[in-house]
Amino acid sequence: MSNLIRLNAEGVAEIVQDEWIRVIPTALGEESVRKQAGKVVLFKLTGETTFTPEQIADTQIPATGKVLVPLTVWQARKAELQARFDAGDVGIVLATHETAEALQAEFSDMNSLPLVAVFVERFADGRIFTLGNWLRTRFGYKNELRAIGDVLRDQLFFHKRSGFNSFLIRADRSAQEAVASLNDFSQPYQGAVDDVPVWRRVNRS
Amino acid sequence: MYKYDPIDQQIVNERVAQYRDQTRRYIAGELSDEEYRPLRLQNGLYIQRHAPMLRIAIPYGLLASKQLRKLADITKKYDRGYGHFSTRQNLQLNWPKLEDTPDILAELATVEMHAIQTSGNCIRNITTDQFAGIAPDEIIDPRAIAEIMRQWSTFHPEFALLPRKFKIAVSGTTQDRAIVQAHDIGLEFYKDSNDQMAIKVWVGGGLGRTPILGTVIREHLEWQHILSYCEAVIRVYNVHGRRDNAYKARIKILVKALGIEEFKRQVEEEWAHLKDGPLTITNAELDRVAQYFEPMPYETLPAHDPSFDAAIACNPAFATWVKRSVQPHRVPGYRAVTLSLKPHGKAPGDVTSEQMHVVADLADAYSFGELRSSHEQNLILADVKLSDLFAVWEKARAAGLATPNIGLLTDIICCPGGDFCSLANAKSIPIAEAIQNQFDDLDYLHEIGDIELNISGCMNACGHHHVGHIGVLGVDKDGSEWYQVTIGGKQGNDASIGSVIGPSFSAEEMPGVVQKLIEVYIRERHEDERFIDTVRRLGIAPFKAHVYADQKKGATA
Repeated sequence: MSNLIRLNAEGVAEIVQDEWIRVIPTALGEESVRKQAGKVVLFKLTGETTFTPEQIADTQIPATGKVLVPLTVWQARKAELQARFDAGDVGIVLATHETAEALQAEFSDMNSLPLVAVFVERFADGRIFTLGNWLRTRFGYKNELRAIGDVLRDQLFFHKRSGFNSFLIRADRSAQEAVASLNDFSQPYQGAVDDVPVWRRVNRS
Repeated sequence: MYKYDPIDQQIVNERVAQYRDQTRRYIAGELSDEEYRPLRLQNGLYIQRHAPMLRIAIPYGLLASKQLRKLADITKKYDRGYGHFSTRQNLQLNWPKLEDTPDILAELATVEMHAIQTSGNCIRNITTDQFAGIAPDEIIDPRAIAEIMRQWSTFHPEFALLPRKFKIAVSGTTQDRAIVQAHDIGLEFYKDSNDQMAIKVWVGGGLGRTPILGTVIREHLEWQHILSYCEAVIRVYNVHGRRDNAYKARIKILVKALGIEEFKRQVEEEWAHLKDGPLTITNAELDRVAQYFEPMPYETLPAHDPSFDAAIACNPAFATWVKRSVQPHRVPGYRAVTLSLKPHGKAPGDVTSEQMHVVADLADAYSFGELRSSHEQNLILADVKLSDLFAVWEKARAAGLATPNIGLLTDIICCPGGDFCSLANAKSIPIAEAIQNQFDDLDYLHEIGDIELNISGCMNACGHHHVGHIGVLGVDKDGSEWYQVTIGGKQGNDASIGSVIGPSFSAEEMPGVVQKLIEVYIRERHEDERFIDTVRRLGIAPFKAHVYADQKKGATA
């Protein structure tokens, strides 16, 4: 049973088969510490796992099918993936500490990607929402935007409002039950990716 | 005050349903503790020492009598017949049952109340001056914008899981009473040179473990842009704030790490994309919300009332109460009344169900059916006629709400502390009670005059000890409770963080320590000089010398 929820063109949630194979680098060695998002942040942000060059080199990429690969793997191995990208068979995974700018540096036309996923290691990491917002509103990304990782039903409404239109629910939870939470609120107050503020949406006077 | 329309009502109703289902799943074992934690916190529910604690939102401290009666009934039905007003103007229940909390929220929703975002790593209840709308020194009534911001921040999808809590305060007076400099974002409203409402924006203030006063990030912001500007600030914080260490996760740490110039540069860059977009507040929306904060239908009254003057002249107890508890009002013939929740020997900020009913009745009879809570943990009737003050005093006194100690040493700001809170290092309420008992002489209290004593049971600083003229912080040393004392802290336009006077004290020593600090002040003060002014003039040295005079052998830890 698939655990993937996707909003169709009418915005209705459907549980669909996942046709993408996620490429996951081999088990990590030591966690390395990196400057967050490569910006001028002068303090460390521990706990961000990054892949070593060895891990990236060792990563097994299936020979056929649509593959969803981490941005760092694409950066190092795009030569071998280029033809599959041209065929529309490559999607990219961003971690929450990575930036939309880094993605754009690789794909000047982001809409050449059929799928961008944001991997959230812990559900409480709210950076995923800003990243979704930026991809949609700042970089004009229009194709499928998927939340993967520690994705739970109680955050889905926020994911949806931040521009995500597919949600891979954590494997031990029911996507069937999670669908209901996409509609927890019928008329939210504030503007977000999906709508303008309520006072521009309806006449409240 | 603001009244819900069907959209507001639907949102709180849907919230009750959502939270009810989340709690059901938690009890059924479908949600782990870790997964349920942010969900319950964003509904104000803590798991505490004895029982859960539920923090009910009182947006910018404004309450209707009907709401207070509902709160009174809830404390009777689901708790032990009392509630605790917090330093964020909210009301806390100390003894609810987890399984009852969805029902409590459902009852609150019937009177346009909720517990949304009173805790958790999200935008919290926006606070303001308890005299908003009536203060003589007010330039702009900030409540309409505060309500617009309340709605904007409620379930904001992008800022639902920030690195840490995020507190906003608004103030529109010349004398700041909302401690805007001690907030993640502080908004100071003023009229600019074109006579338009504008906002001075402070960022990166906060108390807690690392007390820092905020820095001005923008001197002049047109009110229309307040939402887009706040989004830019919080977005930069959401992306770059630390998430690895909860003690270093507040925006103040990010602002210090980047420096205000670089932080401001990033905010302005972000704001350039948002400015003039759909978040720009329209005149129509401001007008729609502002109509709920129109002045009350005041009578035209003379500035003096003979019956009031007569009562002052012949009743010294009433006169004393008026001196401390009655505050000026912008409309002639009206006053604001502060009802003291600090009777000596009781937990500061606590109020019983019966007292809540009395206050609700007083509000209905004398103050247009509304009241306010203050961050000093008292209740305010904002619009009382001079001629009614005596009646209000008699009724308040009968209910134990008229201790004439507002702004005096025993008007202590105090968190629930180790008696209730699982975060606390030490108890705070017994310290407050012991100090109140030590100074249970009203004449002496009045002679000491204006002073603020704030107590926190841990460095999270819910009792705002850093900005108390005297601050007391509970600390843990090898499993026993000690108290660190600071002096020279202050809220207001000239806010400052207090300085530690030396090694900490045991609970038993605390009343004596405060006594000694006061002795130095009485001895050294110039005429009309407040405690804080004396500390600022002399520094901490003479206070320290007197307090530690008996302890030269290093008896304390």
